[in-house]
Amino acid sequence: MNNSNKNNKNEKKIILKIFRENTAQKTGSHYDTFNVPYKKWTTVLDALLHVKSYMDPSVAIRYSCRMASCGSCGMKINGIPRLACYTKISELETSTIECEPLPNLPVIRDLVTDFSRFFNHHKNIQPYIQSKDGVDDPDTEKKTFSFYQSPEDVDKYLQFSYCIKCGLCYSACPTVGTDLKFPGPQALSQLYRYFADTRDEAKNRLDIVDDRHGIWRCHFAGSCSKVCPKGVDPALGIQLLRSYMLGISKNEKKLAKKIEIQND
Amino acid sequence: MERHRMLKESQIMKIHYITGIAAIFVVAVHILMRLIVPFGSSLEYDYIISNYKNIFYVLILESILVLIAIHGFNGIRIILLELRQNKAWENMITIMTISATIALIAYGTRTIILANGL
Repeated sequence: MNNSNKNNKNEKKIILKIFRENTAQKTGSHYDTFNVPYKKWTTVLDALLHVKSYMDPSVAIRYSCRMASCGSCGMKINGIPRLACYTKISELETSTIECEPLPNLPVIRDLVTDFSRFFNHHKNIQPYIQSKDGVDDPDTEKKTFSFYQSPEDVDKYLQFSYCIKCGLCYSACPTVGTDLKFPGPQALSQLYRYFADTRDEAKNRLDIVDDRHGIWRCHFAGSCSKVCPKGVDPALGIQLLRSYMLGISKNEKKLAKKIEIQND
Repeated sequence: MERHRMLKESQIMKIHYITGIAAIFVVAVHILMRLIVPFGSSLEYDYIISNYKNIFYVLILESILVLIAIHGFNGIRIILLELRQNKAWENMITIMTISATIALIAYGTRTIILANGL
């Protein structure tokens, strides 16, 4: 009992200001404020879940893994797009934490945003390895191949494959803010990821983003790379793609050697 | 995604970057040629007319005109494309900026020709 009193005395509290809006009810938006206890290791997601469990269960948040792997809990925390599960309250060094939905994405409710447009841009760049096999000969569909890549080959795209599609770069991008047709840093860096992959044989991958609202509309603000929680540098991917499209860099990609695996 | 009709956007941007870089050089030559005479006299009527009769200088002026017009109006097109995202707006902006580029080059070239006494 004494210990629990002592713990309560030492417990610090933070003011959590949460953006509230229910677009279905069209009641407008406002902020709700909560006093939340926290410890050195408490994350913003922990604080939001505390609010949801003990103060207001109607607060809408999206989350899953709690370890910066699923990319679900992206939100604007103190003005910067971050993952709530990856942001410790103690590291923010403020007495008030403001949680808002991610910018550049339509709000569904409170901190939950609609990712449809973001995922459509991602799908448009054909985010998968394309092989010629199986196109001309339908029988090859049954074949399985093993690809050989050197560590240097992997290094060319490895950092871009760490993308968890959390949408933080997309929401931080100033071009996306004005041009909704712009694919955004996530889709463009993923295009580079597959373009640089020696297993990929797609011919016209670059043409997908070579239009009026495509890769050329990037202003190189660099905010995408700054907010990425996984250390991906989408701005670099965009610049590398541009250098290929301008002919400054030559695409000397040697396709990975593949050996057929016999399926029994 | 929609496809570009005449030129790919990458080809337009190549032209944009090349005209931008080339303009730096020709404008630098233009400024240097003004600095080789006293600054005040470089703006005198007779000096300017004599410049127009110098074929080398005329070529510099014409290239500044063409390069800046193409680079500048394409820059305006890029900015305006971001304002709205519909085909009618995009086509209107493209047609307007191409027309303005041609008109400016034509008017500037006419001035050079007239000043040259042709």
